[in-house]
Amino acid sequence: MSGWPNLWSDLSAATALVGMIAYALFGGADFGGGVWDLFAFGERKAAQRQAIQRAMGPVWEANHVWLILVIVVLFTCFPRGYSVLGVALFLPFHLALIGIMLRGASFVFRAYQSPQKEAATTPSVWGVVFGVASLISPILLGAAFGAVTEGAIRVDSEGQIGLIEPDAWRTPYCIANGLLALCTCGYLAAVYLTNETHGPLREDFRRRAIVAGTGTAICAAVVMGLARSEATWFYERLWSLRSLPVVVCGLGCFVGSAWAVFSRHYVWSRLFAAAEIALLIVGWGLAQYPFLIYPDITFAGVAAPEPTLRFLVLSLPVGAALVLPSLWLLMRVFKNTPLTEPVETPAAAQ
Amino acid sequence: MDALTAARLQMTVSLGFHMVYAAIGIGLPLLMVLVEGMYLRTGQPHYKTLAKTWAKTTGLLFAVGAVSGTALSLELGLLWPKYMELLGAVVGHIFGLEGYAFFLEAIFIGLYLYGWDRLGPRAHWWCGVVIAVSGMLSGVFVLGVNAWMQQPVGFEWDGDRVTVTDPIAIFKQPLWFYMAWHSTLACYLSVAFAVAGWYAWRALRGQHDARISTALAVALLVGGISAFLQPLSGDLLAKYVFKTQPAKFAAMEGQFVTQTYAPLRIGGIPDEETQTTDWAIEIPGGLSFLATGDPSAEVPGLDQVPREDWPNVELTHLAFQVMVGAGTLLMIVSAWFWWCYWRHRERLLENRWLLWTLVVAAPLGFIGLEAGWFVTEVGRQPWIIQHVMRTRDAVTPADGVVGVFYGFALLYLVLGVTVIVLLRRLANRPSAE
Repeated sequence: MSGWPNLWSDLSAATALVGMIAYALFGGADFGGGVWDLFAFGERKAAQRQAIQRAMGPVWEANHVWLILVIVVLFTCFPRGYSVLGVALFLPFHLALIGIMLRGASFVFRAYQSPQKEAATTPSVWGVVFGVASLISPILLGAAFGAVTEGAIRVDSEGQIGLIEPDAWRTPYCIANGLLALCTCGYLAAVYLTNETHGPLREDFRRRAIVAGTGTAICAAVVMGLARSEATWFYERLWSLRSLPVVVCGLGCFVGSAWAVFSRHYVWSRLFAAAEIALLIVGWGLAQYPFLIYPDITFAGVAAPEPTLRFLVLSLPVGAALVLPSLWLLMRVFKNTPLTEPVETPAAAQ
Repeated sequence: MDALTAARLQMTVSLGFHMVYAAIGIGLPLLMVLVEGMYLRTGQPHYKTLAKTWAKTTGLLFAVGAVSGTALSLELGLLWPKYMELLGAVVGHIFGLEGYAFFLEAIFIGLYLYGWDRLGPRAHWWCGVVIAVSGMLSGVFVLGVNAWMQQPVGFEWDGDRVTVTDPIAIFKQPLWFYMAWHSTLACYLSVAFAVAGWYAWRALRGQHDARISTALAVALLVGGISAFLQPLSGDLLAKYVFKTQPAKFAAMEGQFVTQTYAPLRIGGIPDEETQTTDWAIEIPGGLSFLATGDPSAEVPGLDQVPREDWPNVELTHLAFQVMVGAGTLLMIVSAWFWWCYWRHRERLLENRWLLWTLVVAAPLGFIGLEAGWFVTEVGRQPWIIQHVMRTRDAVTPADGVVGVFYGFALLYLVLGVTVIVLLRRLANRPSAE
């Protein structure tokens, strides 16, 4: 297609972006759930954990697959970009991977440790591992994200890959990005949980949403403040016309969700919070484009040959036709029925 | 330890670990669906109890398989960036297809495990069918990528980047078809005999009820069929390897010297220094016959391959012998079980010799599975992508590979031990079975 030379590369990049949004909205909320499990306190501590267990149990594995989708799209469509990320962020990615593995494994382990229904929510080593892993993983992923927008990853003319300094993924800017990711996960989880609980328990999660939402706002401000000096190119592009309208809409949704949380319009708070995250990630993507890794790697520059891109992009509608109705069924069976009766964990069933 | 060794060991540990759970994710849902199907037909509650027990086990093991599989999707790129650059561009889309299958599996696992009371009995059973089918397909797609490493097709590479790709070429590559059969059967075989061994053990401990005999019969139905199909699929695969990867074939068989009337060696220890395979039982002309159908045919030995392109012959040959040995024993055990079943079905659980044999045979399927994987991957060395890229050229230049290896080895150890502890608890629960 002559009018759009990088059509397939752009479509592939858009696919990765959609995958990231889905992972943030679903997988991110599961990380947040783990964090609230770790910080469960007060007289309804057990009930809070029970609600988190109930909300995550049937869906976390499906939510987790979005991450795999993003990885597969990256290494298939932008293989050199993926290998550069893998070399430059070798350590943080491995650490995040350990967190992701422990998060998933410990969630199941604690549910299986005893036949009691409360197995998943009584304090235990695996319960703590679940919480801590849920806390650390988004920070590490956010920090890696920060290293990319910071322009810290360089590839020289001979193809040598490196960070501008060895700890470039641990700068204050990157850590602030990590904390922003963590707060966002906590906010999403708390907002979703207000939609799946009632009465005082719902109030518990509403208060957590307010705390995490405030944290998100503060972290976002800090990230922006640091970006002015640390990631100037990114800051300028984010506030330029290419992405500003989307970012403003995203911030508007954030305000909307804050209003909805305060005024107890729970359905609206979920809608606005999800829209906020989706729009802000799109805004990031627009600012980042055409760079996969600023300043050396562009999407088009490292794209795989077109037949590969075409195969992957054209397989998406087929995959979606299988996966989306199934996901809809999953959500309908487990998320649309009011969860007043306790749902048993599979270990406790029978 | 250098980075290359550490990275290879990390792949060995990660894949060797994941493979067990992947096989269970393929095999156990099939058994689960069979007994739940019998429950739907007959309404007898012990079928449902069995299905629920196996579902619980699947729930635990699938989760561990999912996280260890995620680890692999990242580790491949983190440890072997150059390899992933080439592989991603050419057959990354096969991983994409695997992703769809895995997505379906993850969704329907959620529906199946938590949906006993929320779905109708038939809808619930269909969820199980989707798990069994999509689990099997996930495995088949991963094998497509592996087959491509053994016999790369569909691309042009200028030594630095991929310039041309043909994403359809892999679908026409015959090795994928042979490997898919052989490995899928191996998964069913491993799981079936592990299950059979477990229920035989319970029978020996004095538990004699309908659940035990049903479990044994279902496991040996799947295991027995797989055991007898396996030599056929293995023969097809070996004949193809003979044509396309002669170095691997020669290493498998301990064939150092090119010869006509090449003997089939059973057992034996190859010595790379003296270039002989000692202590083997030799069947004259057997290897020539198996490879080509003609006992007088010439079989190229490792002498046709430059020394630096040899795989580890000892390990490849040993692993191959272990795999064939395990498979053969499982065929005999299956035949014996069905003979006893046919002769005196009602006294099956009193046949202590048979039950003990099943207990001893329980790990053989998994041993064969892992050994077969060793043959495939060790026999491919020194290439990470056959005749295109050497393993040592693909390893990451990043620092810290050795430390990461120790960390991951520890992590897998903790996960493995925990799974065993939890499975024991699950089994000893009075309310469960």
